Amino acid sequence: MLSFISRRLLTAVPTLFVVIAGAFFLMRAAPGGPFDADAQLEPEVIDNLRAAYDLDRPVIEQFVRYMARLARGDFGPSITYADYSVTELLAIGLPVSLKLGGVAILVALAVGCLLGIFAALNRNRWIDYVTMTVAMTGFAVPAFVVAPVLTLIFGLYLKLLPISGWNDGALSNMILPVIALALPQIAILSRLTRGSMLEVMRANYIRTARAKGLPEYKVVASHALKAVSLPLVSYLGPAIAGIMTGSVIIEQIFGLPGMGRYFIQGALNRDYPLVMGTVIVYATAIILLNLLADVIYGYLDPRVRRE
Amino acid sequence: MMAETTARPVRAQGGEPVLQCRDLNVHFQTGEGRISAVNGVSFDLHRGQCLGIVGESGSGKSQTFLAILGLLASNGHATGSVVLNGEEILNTSRRKLNAIRGEKMAIVFQDSITGLTPHKRIGEQLCEVLTQHRGMSRSEARSRALEMLELVRIPEPARRFRMYPHEFSGGMRQRVMIAQALLCQPDVLIADEPTTALDVTVQAQILKLFKGLADHTDTALVMITHDLGVVAGLCDEVMVMYAGRAIEQASVDSLFYDPRHPYTRGLLACMPRADRDSESLTAIPGQPPDLSELPPGCAYAPRCPQAFDRCLTERPSLDLAVEGHLKACHLENAP
Ligand SMILES: Nc1ncnc2c1ncn2[C@@H]1O[C@H](COP(=O)(O)OP(=O)(O)OP(=O)(O)O)[C@@H](O)[C@H]1O
Ligand SMILES: [Mg+2]
Repeated sequence: MLSFISRRLLTAVPTLFVVIAGAFFLMRAAPGGPFDADAQLEPEVIDNLRAAYDLDRPVIEQFVRYMARLARGDFGPSITYADYSVTELLAIGLPVSLKLGGVAILVALAVGCLLGIFAALNRNRWIDYVTMTVAMTGFAVPAFVVAPVLTLIFGLYLKLLPISGWNDGALSNMILPVIALALPQIAILSRLTRGSMLEVMRANYIRTARAKGLPEYKVVASHALKAVSLPLVSYLGPAIAGIMTGSVIIEQIFGLPGMGRYFIQGALNRDYPLVMGTVIVYATAIILLNLLADVIYGYLDPRVRRE
Repeated sequence: MMAETTARPVRAQGGEPVLQCRDLNVHFQTGEGRISAVNGVSFDLHRGQCLGIVGESGSGKSQTFLAILGLLASNGHATGSVVLNGEEILNTSRRKLNAIRGEKMAIVFQDSITGLTPHKRIGEQLCEVLTQHRGMSRSEARSRALEMLELVRIPEPARRFRMYPHEFSGGMRQRVMIAQALLCQPDVLIADEPTTALDVTVQAQILKLFKGLADHTDTALVMITHDLGVVAGLCDEVMVMYAGRAIEQASVDSLFYDPRHPYTRGLLACMPRADRDSESLTAIPGQPPDLSELPPGCAYAPRCPQAFDRCLTERPSLDLAVEGHLKACHLENAP
């Protein structure tokens, strides 16, 4: 197992490098620069600024210098937030995004699995159809529609929940963003769970387990559940990626001080180091969580387990 | 004349039968209509007896015994009566069935290659039968399960105990399934084509095992098979099924030497034999009927070389031909 993990971590290095290089050159290729909005500045000042951030050098050289810096664990200074280093900004944003995304994925897993099992047990009854139709709608409606509608109903009309702000992650501030973020994942996970459950319960080995005289709860818990959860674990990687990209929009809509906000601010202002920092953190998180999903998968399914 | 629903046990044997099945019907509700997979099957099974069930694919052999165990697919429904040790068990509660399954009546499934749970160790899967029914401790269950694995000739059972099904060959998985069914020494053991996945030598060993079981224990054995050779070597009684019906029921000797139904004769003619070269190996021409619209007459009539008018209009009931030999055919005398 350990060698499997270290091997996977090793292959993650080139992946990460490609992501970094891609982001770096794409961003330099995009029109505009960090000081375009500062038109009132003297040209010499701008030149000095560009020199301070290495922007006067050829792009390849900029990249090499950036990578060298990165190798020392330094993400560089932010351009927009002049008094902060990118590392400091990430230290502010990451805990917020982690908490929001973590809670959202847990909520999505819990609700999605329950709905799916519930629908599977009531297959082809109206309750199944209603659950699955709602799930499909939840998937089809994008977050930037769901979020304002939720805010409108619970924040402005009912005045039950704050419409924005983080407030140090207070429960009432988290409810709406978590719902908006988890909803599409709930939709997918519930459909996956339902299908997986129906499929597994038809398997020959389930019939064998019943033929042994095991009560149904043992048949399900001991012979079915692991197999039912396999497609869910496979989907965990994409789900996490979905939550991450979703949180970029959701953090913006609800005004939360997370990674997503720094990513968007960075991108709009061509704050190259800041964008690079957020991209690297996102990519690393996705790689690590996918690895975690693979480890769980190997634990659940002996056929893919490696020595 | 005797109605088929009250067909007597073929051979009078001492004592109550351990399993008594009367007028068992199984149908499936499907999108295309209602399928009658089993129609009015009746038989008695005595302790220590071996009953062979033969018939072409789709003749209802497996569904008959799945229905008896309450294991039909969710679109299936069974009617009739099944009495095990004096107690009616057809369509009974899951709790009562759980006390019977694996303990009083065990089954080795036809497709046992996929019959073991992929993510559980072989040992766990065997032991849970014993902890469930016998309340054995882990170590008791383990030693009993190891004994069973040795009995079905799994080499190095202690090492294999910790393995997963995918680490076993198809034949070995099948033997594990057989061992699993034998764990509680059931009163009735149903073996649904238990040797199809095995190579010839192992097949012979397993059949010997079944034979020993039938000869030396009280376990009544039901052997579902395509292989009439297996029936000849192992069974006491045979039931021949066609389109969900028993069309002939007799002792093995009577059936092999004096078959009364043209279908049985057809099956026997298709048997590979030492005194015939393989080129003359044939199958009965034609197809079994559509189970969703069975003909009013004999289901075999369209394929029967000896069919006459009455066969197409009137269904023959399962009647006594000679003592201990039941047949469902209008032909009075076997040629
Ligand atoms: N769930 C189901 N829905 C509809 N029809 C079914 C279902 N299960 C079985 N059948 C039908 O019941 C009939 C009898 O099937 P059964 O499995 O008893 O055949 P069999 O005699 O065991 O054949 P084989 O030798 O191939 O195992 C078949 O025609 C099959 O298609
Ligand atoms: Mg079958």
